[in-house]
Amino acid sequence: MRNSALRQLFAFVQKEFYHVFRDRKTLLMLFGVPIAQILLFGFLLTNEIKNAKIVVCDYAKDYGSQEIIRKIEASKYFNVKKASLSHDEIEAAFKSGEIKMAIVFPAGFYNDLSHLNKAQIQVIADGSDPNTATTLTSYLSSILRDYQSQEMAQNNMPYTIVPEVKMLYNPELLGAPNFVPGVMALVLMLVCAMMTSISIVKEKELGTMEILLVSPLKPFLVIISKTIPYLLISLMNLVVILSLSVFLLHLEIKGSVLLLFAESTLFIISSLALGLLISVNAESQMSAMMTSQLSLMMPTMILTGFMFPIENMPWVLRMISNIVPSKYYYTIVKAVMLKGLGFSAIWQETLILGFITFVLVMLNLRNFKTRLA
Amino acid sequence: MSAITLDNITKTYNKGSVLAVDKATFEVAEGETFGLIGPDGAGKTSIFRVLTTLLLPDGGNATVAGLDVVKDYQAIRNCIGYMPGRFSLYQDLTVEENLRFFATIFNTSIEENYALIKDIYVQIEPFKKRRAGKLSGGMKQKLALCCALIHKPVVLFLDEPTTGVDAVSRVEFWDMLKRLKSQGISILVSTPYMDEAALCDRIALIEGGKILSIDSPANTVKKYPGKLYAVKSSNMHLLLQDLRNYEGTHSCFTFGDSMHLSFKQEAEDNISKLTAYLTSKGHQQLEINEIDAGIEDYFIRITEKANG
Repeated sequence: MRNSALRQLFAFVQKEFYHVFRDRKTLLMLFGVPIAQILLFGFLLTNEIKNAKIVVCDYAKDYGSQEIIRKIEASKYFNVKKASLSHDEIEAAFKSGEIKMAIVFPAGFYNDLSHLNKAQIQVIADGSDPNTATTLTSYLSSILRDYQSQEMAQNNMPYTIVPEVKMLYNPELLGAPNFVPGVMALVLMLVCAMMTSISIVKEKELGTMEILLVSPLKPFLVIISKTIPYLLISLMNLVVILSLSVFLLHLEIKGSVLLLFAESTLFIISSLALGLLISVNAESQMSAMMTSQLSLMMPTMILTGFMFPIENMPWVLRMISNIVPSKYYYTIVKAVMLKGLGFSAIWQETLILGFITFVLVMLNLRNFKTRLA
Repeated sequence: MSAITLDNITKTYNKGSVLAVDKATFEVAEGETFGLIGPDGAGKTSIFRVLTTLLLPDGGNATVAGLDVVKDYQAIRNCIGYMPGRFSLYQDLTVEENLRFFATIFNTSIEENYALIKDIYVQIEPFKKRRAGKLSGGMKQKLALCCALIHKPVVLFLDEPTTGVDAVSRVEFWDMLKRLKSQGISILVSTPYMDEAALCDRIALIEGGKILSIDSPANTVKKYPGKLYAVKSSNMHLLLQDLRNYEGTHSCFTFGDSMHLSFKQEAEDNISKLTAYLTSKGHQQLEINEIDAGIEDYFIRITEKANG
């Protein structure tokens, strides 16, 4: 008996793969959309910035600060205006949008550097435009690193210049470097939920469901068979997204890749279950499509936290965001991929995600109709 | 044991507001080919869906192969073959892939029951690499029949298997059913075509959810009350009108190349009176012959009685 169930499962999964690979539109959806998304987000949102207007307030006016300013001026990224402004004047300049960044050298900069081996400069960036702000600060950091290595070679002394970066308006820079985890959550949700949401309702529309029902096939076998192909395809998608991020966008995966895949699998299963749930209850492919777009895509975009910070939302939306699986997945991916944290840091999110998945799978089994009406 | 029994089966839709099947009662003997004959919307598909355990009846009892359609639905699903009215195979799978898929989900293989479908399958085998969606109507029906038969069902349900199929394929299809019957498979088949009814062992006429008559095709037509005449003339358009206006006419319908006519009262001089009437209306080349009533004639006769 178990053997025959396995044979049924295999035949069903094989059939699902035929459906996917024989429909060019589906294929394009499955693989084209993720690639387009990651490239769009990757290149459009983190575009290179040239000739950004910045202001430099040099209170040190010594050998060190002059040298660094010269290097900044030489860079193609910055358009430097020298001025001695008070903090109020700097903020006014930000508000009027005149400048993108301000750099302040405190008095006695080079003195500190050469005697204490450690000096600070203050960097103020416009956090309301987080992409530009991070890009500019990273450009500046590389200039500072460059200067330090040059000084070290000359004096054989371990200098450190600590740029004290201060983000105005959006101190945590939500959204900026984190788009890859966000896109991963969005794309996986899209592919899994949308594709599966039409898969069962399609059988209803074509009438094949009638024959499947009038067969010894068990409901859970139908559900599992509908899940497996999309799980595999989604994992392939994940490989594509991660490869693009690493090789094209030069994003480093800091944590364990294995852990990342394990957590992704969990998230994929929850998305698939959500899609199936829509499919089991929908009347037509059209309505399944609409439902999954309205009830999955919007919450994923808005309530996951990668486009808009959840902390700033009204409490109703914050409460709703707690049942959005992608929110937990986003946190997990950020922790593993960007911060390099291990399982101990994300076990809570994993547990919640696991629980949501379990509930969804159970709902599917309960809602699967063994008859037509 | 009967292959199928229905006892006062009632099925309604939209919370009881639409009555689709009204206390249907009939029995199909083992090895019998039983036809459910009626126009679209008569309730044929609803009966099929109740019997194939796809819908729950609102009232009454029914069994298939001795199993209750409500309680033992799992067991029934193991032993019946069902071919829905609409072509319900995977259009993007090839002929062979479809057949193999359905064989596997019914826990069998093409090889195991090849003997049963051989006669039918050899006709579509040359196209086994073709996708089902690209087959002609007749081919699709043959493939669907193969898929419904592949697990050697005890009872076969065919819901309008010949609708939308060309005349030649229809004849072939019924030949195949005859062969299946010889293998001892009980068949419940529905059709809107009255000419196919004659090919069943017994038929039930159904209209508006009600079973109007159950008998063999031969006995069914014998039940036609009175005599029936076929009338022809040189001007067929006028003929229908004139016949319907004639005072002695009970009913008159176009039927192929002639009019089927019945009189209100059977009388010796009916024909001579009618001939005189039609001649006075200017009809020429009159042909009036008494004929045996067909199933369609009987169907029209009893449905008009049912409708008042």
